[in-house]
Order: sequence, then structure tokens, then C-alpha cells
Amino acid sequence: MNTMDRPNKFLIGGGDEGRPTPPPRQSDYVPRTKIYPKRARGTFRGIKWIVMAVTLAIYYVVPWLRWNRGEGLPDQAILFDFANQRLLFGPIEIWAQEFYYVTGLLVLGALALFLVTSVAGRMWCGYACPQTVWTDLMIAIERFWQGDRNAQLRLDSQPWSFEKIWKKSITHLSWLAIAVATGGALVFYFGDAPTLAIELVHGTAPTVAYFFLGLFTLTTYLLGGLAREQVCIYMCPWPRIQGAMVDRDSLLISYRELRGEPRGAHKTGTTWEGRGDCIDCKACVAVCPMGIDIRNGSQLECIQCALCVDACNEIMDRVGRPRELIAYTTIGNLSNATSSPREGWRIIRPRTILYTVMITLVASLMGWSLLNRADFEFSVIQDRNPFFVVLSDGGLRNGYMIKIANKFEGVRHFKLRFKGPADLQPKFVEFDGTDPTIEVNPSEVRAVKVFLLLPGAQRKELRSDAEPVTIELQDVESGQTASRATIFRSPS
Amino acid sequence: MSQGKKIDEVTGVETTGHVWDGDIYELNKPLPRWWLYTFYISILWAIGYWIVYPAWPTINGYTKGVLNYSQRDQVKQDIEAWKSGHAKYRTQIAQMSLADIRKNDELFQFSIAGGGALFGENCAGCHGRGAQGGIGYPNLNDDDWLWGGDLDKIHQTIAFGIRSGNPNAHDSAMPRFGTDKVLDEAQIRDTANFVRSLSHLDVDQEAAKRGAQIFADNCAACHGDQGKGNQDMGAPNLTDAIWLYGSSQEAVMQSIRTGRGGAMPAWSERLDPVAVKMLTLFVYSLGGGQAEAASASAPAAGADKPK
Repeated sequence: MNTMDRPNKFLIGGGDEGRPTPPPRQSDYVPRTKIYPKRARGTFRGIKWIVMAVTLAIYYVVPWLRWNRGEGLPDQAILFDFANQRLLFGPIEIWAQEFYYVTGLLVLGALALFLVTSVAGRMWCGYACPQTVWTDLMIAIERFWQGDRNAQLRLDSQPWSFEKIWKKSITHLSWLAIAVATGGALVFYFGDAPTLAIELVHGTAPTVAYFFLGLFTLTTYLLGGLAREQVCIYMCPWPRIQGAMVDRDSLLISYRELRGEPRGAHKTGTTWEGRGDCIDCKACVAVCPMGIDIRNGSQLECIQCALCVDACNEIMDRVGRPRELIAYTTIGNLSNATSSPREGWRIIRPRTILYTVMITLVASLMGWSLLNRADFEFSVIQDRNPFFVVLSDGGLRNGYMIKIANKFEGVRHFKLRFKGPADLQPKFVEFDGTDPTIEVNPSEVRAVKVFLLLPGAQRKELRSDAEPVTIELQDVESGQTASRATIFRSPS
Repeated sequence: MSQGKKIDEVTGVETTGHVWDGDIYELNKPLPRWWLYTFYISILWAIGYWIVYPAWPTINGYTKGVLNYSQRDQVKQDIEAWKSGHAKYRTQIAQMSLADIRKNDELFQFSIAGGGALFGENCAGCHGRGAQGGIGYPNLNDDDWLWGGDLDKIHQTIAFGIRSGNPNAHDSAMPRFGTDKVLDEAQIRDTANFVRSLSHLDVDQEAAKRGAQIFADNCAACHGDQGKGNQDMGAPNLTDAIWLYGSSQEAVMQSIRTGRGGAMPAWSERLDPVAVKMLTLFVYSLGGGQAEAASASAPAAGADKPK
């Protein structure tokens, strides 16, 4: 065997006639290209500032809102009281076993996301997603200390100097300050905010509070300050789902190719005849926080923040061409050079009707259920071992565990009534007499063991080995009643 | 490997070299470099675990880890913490009379909960998980008591047992009327008919009449003239609907023939006094517990201890 027959990995396609030359090996991993988004000015940038201010205000202010629930109960309007397994939303108290309300909220959130996406694309991503809001905030801070895109590019290409070190450090310190404030505000949702704030400062707060403060400081700094667009591109599932959510009638930020092409530099005073409106200034690319070129069409990376719309409109104004070369438009209108961006845009279509109906259904179901929700609950569990007890007079006894949950802000008193075959006599383990008043403390569940006795002489009145029994609970103060059906068992 | 790699014409992106059905290629969309770093960090994190926590088996044990953490120790600590949390209840239960504990809601609930667990561990083997009993093992849910059903009587029974050998135990023996030839088989049949007639079961009336005299001569001393039983001797009430060994003619005849006498251990010899008290309250709470006899005074704490 001579050396020429051996495969030579250093010779790419060498001497191999008729085969295409394989390309140089591409890496399995790509390095990150840093994005320097230029500041945009215009309508959508304005809207984004307002949305940022409002959402951040909600996030920081909500834990400080108060709601008086009465003696001995937390007065925080919205409190995720994990220690006591309940969520407090103003007058509504949701216990762990009612977590389906939270599920309902999530379902509503998902449906609303579907609806918005089918109407106007990734509005959530572009304006309201916490990742977008915090990244936008971090970018604004970076710009404040280091200047706009060009200044930042210059700074990064410079060798390390006092100015560079100072500007970089102050940027990261500001990011960290925001991250601490973010993590700090988050823990207030899980404990009494004013108390916790003082404890946090004095170092006496629970360890778990510091842990989550630290965790969310870290994630805010990492995701909002450092990772930014990488989160949307590589971590978030939503960009993958959105393709199924939009159709020909969804408003999507798009470059209107038929109007823009052929692109090219334009000299002032020369004709616009025979060419497109795009002057290839790359203003849309410079402002993009995702680092893409919208002119390449719909892309997974695009969060539809509309900053390129602002940037392009500014340029179009300057060169004296109509606005909206990049615009909220429908796929249908993209194939028509003469139509206006939103011509024939249909909001009402089967898809949006379906989502709206579903939202209405879920919301009314939840609303109805919340309104008709008793602020006390009770359950009856019949003893299973033994099912029944034969007494010395030949009578029968069944045992029941009754649990009464008081979700009301105050002590309540209850009475029990029993309706069943013949003269069932109640007997309580903890109470004397057959008609005790049962006291239940606020936010507590009380278990009451009760026996129902059927005298031996009345056994012949039983028609089956499982006679229906109704147990009725009455709130002494309000007169509210609730009843549960159970059975009285006897030997068959 | 790289045989199938080529540049995709439409996108200008290289393919991975994986080909399906001869013409389906996969575009190479490389992961970001930092993603790889998170993978390396995960590996480092795992190594950190090996150092900090028990991880690797060795010939005669395992690597302990620098924290020296052990789930077994953790459980021990948790149990100790629970025990010290229970200490205040246990102290009170040890000092208070059963009647007073019964009136204290918190202590009563604590005793029922703890007594239930103790019952499952110690008593359920014979009396059943629901205390429903069985043939020869009394149902503790009902209102029929061989040795009395108020708090102090239940406590006495649990603490010292029945025919347990403990000097304070309940002790009595029913004669073996058949085995010892006191009564012949016909007399036993007549007596059984009479006994069953006491609780209105279907019997041979003639036989029952003959049995009445035999009962008066042989059984009434313990079971009473009317067959109502005697809790001081553990002699069951024969007039009620509850039959420890069954109510059939044959079962009753068998009881008369060979006598009956179940045994129960003296639990004060196995459990601490607080546990016995908690068990008492649990059994009392099952539904058959009877109010204290007016004359019976609550015993002092010392009296509850085993001799």
C-alpha cells in the first residue's frame, strides 16, 4: 500500500475528481456577536417607554398596597402566603386546594396571548415581556454611561484605559443595582412588605428571603444585562410556537419589499423612478435589539418591538418618501405593491372569534365560580373502617369526619343538622349534647367527629344497606347554609 | 462522517451530514458557545456535589462529603425536634387526670392523634385497624364493655391487661362446663337455648325453659340472674346484640363447653405511662366511651403508674 491510497485529512478534496469540494468545517458552536442597538426615536419608542414605566410601576408598587382583613390577618393586598398555603388577592382568599383558580388565570393568560398574537403578532414579546422590559432598561442604562451605538463601538475597540474601566464598571454596577431592586421587590410578594423591608436592611429577614433576593438579582443581571437577545433566541419556546399562531391577516412588522427594492444609495435631488425606496442606510439594522435585518423577512429572532419602524420612518421623512416602508402589515398586503399596509386587515375572523369566545367562557366560568364561592367550606368523610358498629341494643352507629374550613376574616359559629332514615341521634366526641355550637377560627379548618346512632327498634325502617343522609351546616351569624349528601350504612 | 455535508442551496447554510431517505438533509444550526459553557458548569457543579455530599461507594462504606450530611441523621434530628415540641403536651398529660385531659380540647386532640398512631402499632394486630375487633377480639367501637367503658376502667384494662400475668390484671375464668363434665351435652344445648332467648334470638322454647334452671344454678353467679353480666368479673352481658364469639347455637354451646377467656398484654409493661393514657383517650373517643360513674373520683397521677 503506498502513501497515496491512505486518506489524507489535510488534503480537502485533493485529487478527487468529479466531487464538489467540501466546505471548510463549520464549528459546532457559534460565538456570540455583541449587539449595539442604536437609540430609536418615534411613536413606537414612545409607547415602549410608557409600557416600561407602567409595568415596572405595577411590579414595584403592588406589594405595598394594603387591604384590611381584620385582626391577626395580613393586611397586604396581594400576598403569596406560602407558609399558610394560601394566596391573598384583596378580598379573595385562595387556598391550596383551590389552586385551579390560578390554573384558570394561566389559561386566560395563554388565550389572551393567542388572541393578541393572531391579531398583531408578538406584541407581548415586543412590549410587555419582562425580558424585553428589563433588557430595554439595561440597554438604556448602558447608553446613559457609555453613549449611543457608535460611542460604544469606539469604546469597545479601544485598549483598556481608565475611561473604559470606569465606564464599564459603572454600567455593571448600575445593572447590579437594578437587579438587586428587582430581586428585592420580588420577595415582598411573599411576605409582609413593610416588615420584610426593615428586616432585609437589618439583616434579620428569613434566609429564604435572602436566597430568593440573591437568585433574582443573579437572574436579572444575567438575563437582562448580559444574555439579553440570547434568551429570546435560544431559551424561550414562544418564538417556536408563534408560527402556528399567525395567519395572513395578522399584523406583523415587515419590510415591504415590493416598495423598497431594488434598494441602493440615493443622491439628493436624483429621481426615484425605476428604483425602490430603501436607501440601504441600515438604520433599521442599527436600532434592532436582536441584531437582525428585518429586510430578510419574517425571522424567529424578531420580537416585533417596532423600533425599526421608527428608525425607517425617520429616514423616509428625511429623504421625502412616504412613511411605513417597514410597517405593521399583513402577509396578504406584502404581495401587493400598491396597497396600503393595513388594507383589508380583518380583525374579526374565525380564529379571533374562537379565542374571544374561549376567553369569555373561561373568564365567566371563573367569575361565576368566584362569586358563588362560599367563604366557608365543609366536607364529610364517612368512616370506612368499620363501616358501621352494632350496638348492644341491636342499634347501629356510623361515624363521620366533618371538616369545616373558615375562609372568613373572623371567628364563626356553626350548627349541624342531620336528616336521614328514622331518628338518627348525633353524638359528638368533643362536645356534650346533640346540638353543639362549633366555633371555627379564621383561616382554619376544624375537624369534628360525629356519630349517628340508629336505635335498635328502628332498624326495620332501613330500606337498604346504604340509606341517604343529608348533613346540613349552618352559619349561626349569617344564616348561610350548605349541605352534603352521605349515607348511613348497615349490614346487608 | 462528512460525506453527506454540503451547502444547502436555498439558505446557504451547511448541512450536518445526516441524510434521511437519500435526499433529506438537516441544516447545521450551531448552538451558541455559552450554551456549551453551561454544560461544563453543570459538570463542575456535579463535582462540587461529590465533594460536599456523600457520593461514591468505597469498599467498606462511602465518601462522606465535607458537610458530613446524612439523611438518617437529619431524620433523627427531625424526630428529636418533634419530640421536644411534644414535650409540653406530654408533661401535662403525665400530670393531669384523664377526665381533665378529656375536657382540654388541645390535649384531647393531641392524645387522640398520638393514641391513634400507638393503636396502629400495638393494638391493631388483634383489634383490627379500625378497632372493629373480630371473633374473640372485642370491637372497641361499640357501647358494650367487658371490663367497663369509662376512662379509668379503660385505662385499667390497657395498663394491666387481661389474664396477662400482671398482678393488677383483670383475671377471671369461665368454667369448662363440657370438658370438665359439669354439664352433659343435652344440658349444654338447653342452656345455650336459654342464653340465646335472653337476646330474643329464635330458640327451642322447651329447651330454653329447661335451660333456665341450669343457668340459674351454674351461670347466674357471674352473669347475673337476668344474664346482664358483671363488669367486675368481665362476665359479658348475655342479653344484648353483641356476641364476642358469635351468637349461633353452636358458637354459644362451644362457649359453654370449653369456657372462654381471651388474654391481653399489660401495656404498662411495654409502653410509658403517657402512651397508655393517650391510648385510653383514643379508645374512649372511638364512640363507646362512657361517662365517669358519679362516685368514681379521678385518680391521682401516681396511681396511673405501673406498680
